[in-house]
Amino acid sequence: MSKSKFMYVTYIRTTPEKVFKALTEPEVTRQYWGHENVSDWKPGSPWKHRAADGSGTVRLVGEVVEHTPPRRLVITWASPADAENKAKHTRVTFDVEPIEDMVRLTVTHDELEPGSEMEQGIVAGWPRVLSSLKSFIETGTALSTWAGKK
Amino acid sequence: MTKTDKVFKALADPSRRKLLDLLYASDGQTLNELCEHLDMTRQAVTQHLAVLEAANLVVTTWQGREKLHYLNPVPVYEIYERWIAKFERPRLRALRELKKRLEGEKDE
Repeated sequence: MSKSKFMYVTYIRTTPEKVFKALTEPEVTRQYWGHENVSDWKPGSPWKHRAADGSGTVRLVGEVVEHTPPRRLVITWASPADAENKAKHTRVTFDVEPIEDMVRLTVTHDELEPGSEMEQGIVAGWPRVLSSLKSFIETGTALSTWAGKK
Repeated sequence: MTKTDKVFKALADPSRRKLLDLLYASDGQTLNELCEHLDMTRQAVTQHLAVLEAANLVVTTWQGREKLHYLNPVPVYEIYERWIAKFERPRLRALRELKKRLEGEKDE
């Protein structure tokens, strides 16, 4: 069966640099995503998505494929249980394009197993994450996205 | 027209809602594939897709010579946050209070 792919787009009134920072700096990601994205962001380096609730629980892992600030970030994305199983790694591409006084952020999540738990998770997750990111950058207030899980 | 106006306007048409449902069922379709399920001219489908794209409810990407259409649920989620969740929350809180009182705060 072929792998599935999803695309998510949001327009944010800001600069590409700010969006890029919001994706790659743990102290920023924790404020709207409830998690810290941690890596040195060099191609080939690992990255992890760590809960910002003090538990330090790692929820996602992967590898940096491409890091071209402030325009493009490509990472692989897997549950920690599949860290060694590369066949189960999915891929996330962030494209950041300035359009007039806005930034168009496109998240392309592909290489997903149709019907998998990972697919269900990301389909529910991305709209929330991107809405929260937009709100956080434009108004300084993130959505209470993870409020129920604290 | 604001972004929100465009989303509501795009959603106000049954054919456009059908297009979103078709993409929800199978994401990443070509114009030809979408036309197969609709009793409309190709030109009409193209126009509906343009309205959906302007509202950011559909995004497109090229795969070789094929233009693929993807459902973008982010604007719908923003409407949910702004127009639904906000009004639901006080009611949910009230229900939670009621449950707590009836159950004698056992679960707290």
